[in-house]
Amino acid sequence: MGKLTIGCFASLVGSTNLDFAVKLSAAAMEKGHKVDLWVSGNGTMISIKDQRAFKDYSSLEKPLKELMAKGLNVTACEACAESRGYHHDNTLEGVKRFSMDWYLGSCFDADRVLHIGGE
Amino acid sequence: MATTKLGFVVTRPGYKSENPKLALTHAIASQSVEIYLKDGDIVTADIAFIGDGVLNCIKGQKAVENYDLNSTESHVKMALLLDLNVLVCKEDLERFGMTESDIVIDAPEFGADMEVKVVPYSEISQMMEEMNHLLFF
Repeated sequence: MGKLTIGCFASLVGSTNLDFAVKLSAAAMEKGHKVDLWVSGNGTMISIKDQRAFKDYSSLEKPLKELMAKGLNVTACEACAESRGYHHDNTLEGVKRFSMDWYLGSCFDADRVLHIGGE
Repeated sequence: MATTKLGFVVTRPGYKSENPKLALTHAIASQSVEIYLKDGDIVTADIAFIGDGVLNCIKGQKAVENYDLNSTESHVKMALLLDLNVLVCKEDLERFGMTESDIVIDAPEFGADMEVKVVPYSEISQMMEEMNHLLFF
């Protein structure tokens, strides 16, 4: 089985890029692959806990928690998160926070890298 | 010992989205990635500005004065200081009526030895083929 590294820089609300990244993560894990998900820029919005689900806005807290429980490795860019006021105490449990070199380290031994830029 | 080559391809203009600056900061992070790797393993970062992305390289940016932000120009210079390979598409520069004299080429004030290379797209394409992974910003 392989390793897939996904970097997503798009916001939780406003595009469905993060929805796609999470669905792709689920599909890859279903096939037995290891998945690292790096979120940076506006993508760090997914790391905030207590998202309220509305039908008009993407809400990924529930599927993200389910996937992390199955082994999805989610890391948010710490500087990007802090600059937006997303602090450690309102970060979703299980989401790690590191600097940008973490993403490059994950790319190092990834079989495939899918980078989804921001808006 | 292994090397993974990452190509950062910047296609968007600066300041209207965060992407170009994030491309540069992530590429610069290649200098500290060793903490996540085994001894001897490295990640290299090459940067290419194509399409509207070449506008990020215009020199004399006043981001500090106008927005109190580090300019994308200063990030390009930092990349040069760290000896990253920075390519700018010649054809796309010409499309904007620009030449090498309009963009940042070197950074002697940063102590950088590397220079930005203005090259035909064919050379950027060749660089991209040599990479293990491409990241488009």
